[in-house]
Amino acid sequence: MTYLQAFKSTAMAVTIMLALSACGEKKEEAASEGASTATSEAASTATSDAAPAASTATSEAAAAAPAGGSLNIYNWGNYTNPKLIEKFEKENNVKVTVTDYDSNDVALAKIKAGGHGFDIVVPSNNFVAVFINEGLLEETKPNTMSNFKNMDPRWVDVDFDKGRNYTVPWQWGTTGLTVNTGAYKGDPNTWAILFDTPAELKGKTNVVPEMNDVIGAALAYKGFNPVCNGNKDELKQVRDVLMASKPNWISMDYGNVEKYAKEDIMAGLNWNGASMRARLQNPKIVYGYPKEGLAVWMDNVAVIKGAANIENAKKFQNFIMDPENAALISDFAKYANGITGSDKFLDKEFAAAPEINLPEGQKTFIQAACPPEVTELYTAIWTELTK
Amino acid sequence: MADGKSASNPAASAAAAVDRRDTRNRWLLSAPALIILLFAAIGPLIIVVVYSFLKKGDYGGVEWQFSGDGWYSVILQKDIFTDAVTVADAHVSILLRSVKLSFFTTILALLFGFPTAYFIATRNEKSRELWLFLITIPFWTNLLIRTFAVMEVIRNEGIVNSLLLGLGVIDAPLQIMFTDFAVMMGLLYVYLPLMVLPLYASMERIDFRLVEAGYDLYATRWRVLRHVIFPLVKPGVIAGSILVFIPSLGAYVTPRVLGGGRNLMLGNLIEMQFGQGRNWPLGAALSITLMAIVMIALLLYVRNASKTEARHG
Amino acid sequence: MAEVAQGNNLGTNPGTNLGTNQGGSVAVRKKWGRGFDIKKQSGFTTIAMICFVMLYAPILTLVVYSFNAGTSVAIWAGFSWRWYESAWANQQVYDASIRSLTIATFAAVVSTIVATMAALATTRTKPFPGLTFIYAFINQPLMVPEIVTGIALLIFFAAIKVATGYTGLGYLLIAHTAFCIPFAYLPIRARLENMDLSLERAAADLYATPFKTFRYVTLPLLWPGVLAGGMLAFVISLDDVVITELVKSGGQDTLPTYMLGQLRRIVTPEMNAISSVFLAISIVMVTIFFLLNRKKT
Repeated sequence: MTYLQAFKSTAMAVTIMLALSACGEKKEEAASEGASTATSEAASTATSDAAPAASTATSEAAAAAPAGGSLNIYNWGNYTNPKLIEKFEKENNVKVTVTDYDSNDVALAKIKAGGHGFDIVVPSNNFVAVFINEGLLEETKPNTMSNFKNMDPRWVDVDFDKGRNYTVPWQWGTTGLTVNTGAYKGDPNTWAILFDTPAELKGKTNVVPEMNDVIGAALAYKGFNPVCNGNKDELKQVRDVLMASKPNWISMDYGNVEKYAKEDIMAGLNWNGASMRARLQNPKIVYGYPKEGLAVWMDNVAVIKGAANIENAKKFQNFIMDPENAALISDFAKYANGITGSDKFLDKEFAAAPEINLPEGQKTFIQAACPPEVTELYTAIWTELTK
Repeated sequence: MADGKSASNPAASAAAAVDRRDTRNRWLLSAPALIILLFAAIGPLIIVVVYSFLKKGDYGGVEWQFSGDGWYSVILQKDIFTDAVTVADAHVSILLRSVKLSFFTTILALLFGFPTAYFIATRNEKSRELWLFLITIPFWTNLLIRTFAVMEVIRNEGIVNSLLLGLGVIDAPLQIMFTDFAVMMGLLYVYLPLMVLPLYASMERIDFRLVEAGYDLYATRWRVLRHVIFPLVKPGVIAGSILVFIPSLGAYVTPRVLGGGRNLMLGNLIEMQFGQGRNWPLGAALSITLMAIVMIALLLYVRNASKTEARHG
Repeated sequence: MAEVAQGNNLGTNPGTNLGTNQGGSVAVRKKWGRGFDIKKQSGFTTIAMICFVMLYAPILTLVVYSFNAGTSVAIWAGFSWRWYESAWANQQVYDASIRSLTIATFAAVVSTIVATMAALATTRTKPFPGLTFIYAFINQPLMVPEIVTGIALLIFFAAIKVATGYTGLGYLLIAHTAFCIPFAYLPIRARLENMDLSLERAAADLYATPFKTFRYVTLPLLWPGVLAGGMLAFVISLDDVVITELVKSGGQDTLPTYMLGQLRRIVTPEMNAISSVFLAISIVMVTIFFLLNRKKT
């Protein structure tokens, strides 16, 4: 190939690229009108009407930035319902940008470093205190906001944010067990499934690679305090339990919905929403509530200190405490929210799902931000476990 | 260069001046790459070196206080229960596993990549380009997706197992997923073009009259391959091996997805220290250790290569 | 041995060199019989074919499942376009794809140019002061796990972002360019090491300016290496997750970081659909590339 020919081909490629991005701009304009966004469920119906609407709307819609300014949300991936964003944009005439992260640690590191440009972050319960202690959150006083009355009282006086001076609930869930009843007929409601694995499940179980969840579950199994336990004698027993049961686990992995549905994995430590999704594909799957106790977690919407769009961020906190809007959040990611009255906007089947409703008298605990000496112990056990 | 002896000899000093100008020009030519790297890759690494000597922060990050703990815990560990100091056997075994898996991945990549690159390089000029692109097309999909695609193939109900079951070769699905073998296959799949492309780039230049001369001298195909072709494409082999071995060593996604995250590799261990482990100084020290190992290997190679080059004049 | 090869090569176009030798010389044919192909190595074609099958089997599975009507990436539930529709309607996916392509194009072009210059400077020379240093410097991004570069860049760029107030795409562009440089450099270097200076010297003897020599002699010979380097750089940039995740500012998700965010929750065939579209784009580009070349020759 000669240089000239190659040059021409490159030019061609660049032209295609430019053409593509030109289409992109056009589409962006169309979308800012709010014509096209769809959840995975509604996709096929939504898009067919959206397309023509979008093309007619372009001319008037786009140009000027919305009068209400903008809002930059930093949230877990695949966690934010586009319909919710669209609604907030319309009501407040604001341009919202959502950026994804995949772990609390990345979010913390980034926000601590500064210069990120985000207004809102959604840390889990055990990270909220860290964010507050490190002075990274704005004290927005959600407890004085107009929709605060809707918050489920059990979520108001939580340890990580007493009386809710910083955060409002996004979604909450539990960390329990997913069990395939086709492979195992016994009682799914015990951590023994992971730590004293029945013969049928040996070599077929999975745990999510979350240090605190796994060590917490093992502590609960042994009947010890499962929250930031620094007792070395107890931890030693827990380490032995973990090391002894590791050969029975097939993997330590996330993203397991299809692996459970396709029966690559028959049982494991899992989140309730993920377990529900697996059950919807494979009816043999149940969600076990370990009688020894299981972790309840909550992700919370907080405003970052010194955010550029503080007023919009506050509006957003208030906005999601409205039951109808909270229902939109749950409808998308399939976890419960902490707002009373959102049930009536939700699918009946979802609201009644066994994964969402804790059984009467279930023992639970909420993970906290562990002090460094406990983290050090946990990390040492964890490293040994994964060597 | 400009010592007393050469200064007394005008021809030598002129040559030295030419040499100096040549050196300056070569530095200038390299400058843009060096500046970009200095700004966005190497400069910031000074931060990592500094961090490895600091005290770890309570919730990630560091405190600006000198501490040797990070380096100390790279090789040594204090047993959390007995306080006995031992060699950090977890770190060592993860390091050894990473080296082993990356090494075998590189060998596999070479075994598959060499014939493939050769096959492409010996097509006629027009179809060569087509084959070359056929190699790269799968890599237009993102690494995560490719890894997931591999999983679809090797999982218990995947293509390989269904095929073998269907043919009656096996009666129960083979457990390929979540093994070291799966990680190796995944790494091979992901990094194969990094082997094929440099190999191709040097094979495309083979002058087949040399091969012909070999056959004239009654060499067998194997001897021609071994003694004529292989030496000619050695730079490509080395470039390809570096490009496969090093990313494999630090691989993060593949061991996690295909290995089931049960047995970590170095990349995961380091990530763990910056993440859930909240021990940035240790993470920094571990990465510098990894860098040092690779750097030594590379420098040895460069020394070797420049010797060969010098012979070429 | 390379000396001899290069000497013989003077004046011939290495491209055609391969084609015309098909079948070997009369002498060889006499010794080894008719139809003896000197380029053949037994089993190589088979292995190459296995290689291609291996490369494409997972990809084909992926494309097939992108047409799955069900929500699962694992269970087939009939044919449908729904994931293409939902991917198209998903503004985040669309923006992320365009951003990924923009960054990869920029990073590939810039890193290939600077890597070519650096490769020219560091090959075909006797060792000069700093040669080893330059070589180690250029390959340094290969030696560092992504997470480390990522954390370092996070801290470094955050300081710059705070100081300057600029939070644009520039950080991602330069970060990607930097870690693409060694991937572009190594194939080009490998190619250059097989080229000797006789043609360039001949051109210089004919009073060609250094630029003309480069443009009409060096570059055409070097081009396959440049192409390989550029393609590698492009693919590497398109793949990067960890560094991008840590460097990106608000609203700068690329396709991989967007997908990484999805992984922990659920993977839908929408991801397969997006990948299939990327594949289709590349196939179209290859086809155009190919047809254009054919017309020329």
